[in-house]
Amino acid sequence: MEKVIAGKTIAVNEEGYLTDFKQWDKAIADELAAEAEISLSPRHWEVLNYLQTEFKNEVPLSIRKIGKSGVVDIKEFYQLFPKAPLKTATKIAGIPKPASCI
Amino acid sequence: MTENKGEIKKMMIILSKGTLENVYAAFVLANGARMEGIEAEMFFTFFGLESIHKKKLTHLHVATVGNPAMHIPTLLGGLPGVEALATTMMKKEMEKIDMPDVAEFLDILSASGVRMWACKLAMDMFHYKKEDLYEGVEDVITVGDFYKQSAGEGTHMLFI
Repeated sequence: MEKVIAGKTIAVNEEGYLTDFKQWDKAIADELAAEAEISLSPRHWEVLNYLQTEFKNEVPLSIRKIGKSGVVDIKEFYQLFPKAPLKTATKIAGIPKPASCI
Repeated sequence: MTENKGEIKKMMIILSKGTLENVYAAFVLANGARMEGIEAEMFFTFFGLESIHKKKLTHLHVATVGNPAMHIPTLLGGLPGVEALATTMMKKEMEKIDMPDVAEFLDILSASGVRMWACKLAMDMFHYKKEDLYEGVEDVITVGDFYKQSAGEGTHMLFI
């Protein structure tokens, strides 16, 4: 599937996750965040950068890992991305939805 | 189902058992709800209270007797040490798949915004006090209070 995000045609899956991280940029993140009713602050960016680094290192993401990351604790993670934080944050970060139950 | 097109808004999870496999089932369901943006509340009653009792929550066991899926003959399962051994083995497997222990899991649930309640009747029966319980437990309430908490569209209730 394709979707126009921030004026560019981007490849996404049926849930709206980018399928090619190379197409991701900050303008896309801002627009995807706006769709989730989130305005990205420097704190959000620290978390998004962390998620992208983990993705590049092929580390599977989970809420437990986020809590132990030293970047953000679970409580703040839920405050930054209030609805379904891991799903929302990974979508904004342009990386796949984690297949984690924890 | 016309209400919210069937969308789940809130999970009310009642935990009545204190065996490790049941406690984990309840915790994973509550945490999984929050991860999906669904509200979650837990009501701990009868042996489920063991999972929030500060002195007991680190000593929960899997059931080796009366549990055919464990594939341990009932007579063997009842021998001293077998339950502890099975529990140790299960905990090792859980750590491998990144499953937190009970204490850490409670912290994750609490930080994720899962509201936790203890059953007044069961608390009285076991002679437990509020201060015996994990700090994240908000209050000791009656079944009626729990039903009131459950009000609203798209609430689902689960008994474990």
